Amino acid sequence: MEKHIEIKLFATLSKFLPPDPDKFPISPGIKVRDVIRELKVPPEDVRIIFINSVRKDIDTVLQGGERVGIFPPLGGG
Amino acid sequence: MSETLVLESVASASREKKYPDGEPYKSLSVRDVFRISESLHIHGRQVETAALENGVIPERYARNRKMLLPEEQATLLRSSVSVVGLGGLGGAVIEILARMGVGFLNLTDGDKFEDSNLNRQLLSNEKNLEQTKAGAALRRIKEINSSVEVSVHEEFVSHENMFRILGKPDVIVDCLDNIKTRFVLEKAAQKIGCAYVTAAVAGVSGHVTVIFPGDPGLEMLYGHPDEAPSKGAEAELGNLPPVVTLMVSLQCSEVARILLGGKSILKNRILAVDLTDNTFEVLELE
Repeated sequence: MEKHIEIKLFATLSKFLPPDPDKFPISPGIKVRDVIRELKVPPEDVRIIFINSVRKDIDTVLQGGERVGIFPPLGGG
Repeated sequence: MSETLVLESVASASREKKYPDGEPYKSLSVRDVFRISESLHIHGRQVETAALENGVIPERYARNRKMLLPEEQATLLRSSVSVVGLGGLGGAVIEILARMGVGFLNLTDGDKFEDSNLNRQLLSNEKNLEQTKAGAALRRIKEINSSVEVSVHEEFVSHENMFRILGKPDVIVDCLDNIKTRFVLEKAAQKIGCAYVTAAVAGVSGHVTVIFPGDPGLEMLYGHPDEAPSKGAEAELGNLPPVVTLMVSLQCSEVARILLGGKSILKNRILAVDLTDNTFEVLELE
């Protein structure tokens, strides 16, 4: 059964946002890694992944309903 | 210098004033701080500290007073902060810390101003291009608050020089513009045993966090130091000024909280901002 997640991509990654980032369809049980691949985000640009406001790793399994935020490295001062 | 003489000078120079809400207080003007400091051959910082310890408010801090008790203002004046990087973040951080009344500022940057700094680096102007950022920082602090004791280092921080440069501050503020050196600074903070307040920006995004000795720290943001890139998204996006000064405000707010003994709100958390849609999120790092 199809479920949805909410996606927020920061800084340089925002150009990979899907058309409807608040309702991105997923199959429950897939990993963040799969979403990143589907969005064509270069994996080397992924530095921090947040799921429901908590830092998680790239192999975290999604069930639908989560808010997923992804950061590239920011280093400017 | 006899403490009694300082207190007598402060007491005789102080004037009754009222806050905008009508509450009376004893005020010491900037000019009187200069005068006492010169006549007794002591630093303005010592005059102001003595005043605060005796319930007299140096007028330059009068608008801090409803948020900071006199003893808290005195604590700031006795506090020491090392700011590394005097560009977009650092140039504004030192402005805020000096105005707030942090008594000792240790400032480090080996860089010089260039034209492309002018959009966001408050210390830069059309007259000081190609001059050192550290020199401009020193002049700026002296103009704003001569009660702040400033030391400057016109060099880039490295593993070799970090302890000599940083001294033993209460807090280190990371305002660097590259990721590799951030790890150097974090390591120094861990060894010195002080809090490390770090922010980074790119485009209209930024994040700020506070790392204490023993915390997992920067690796949570950038991965293992050996695999971290030197530059981040800012190489592609540049930096628009609003997010820079926004991060500065958050850094300075945390610095003051830590100096005053409060619990840091951003320990093991990151405050992430994206001004494309005004996203503000506090995210848990563990």
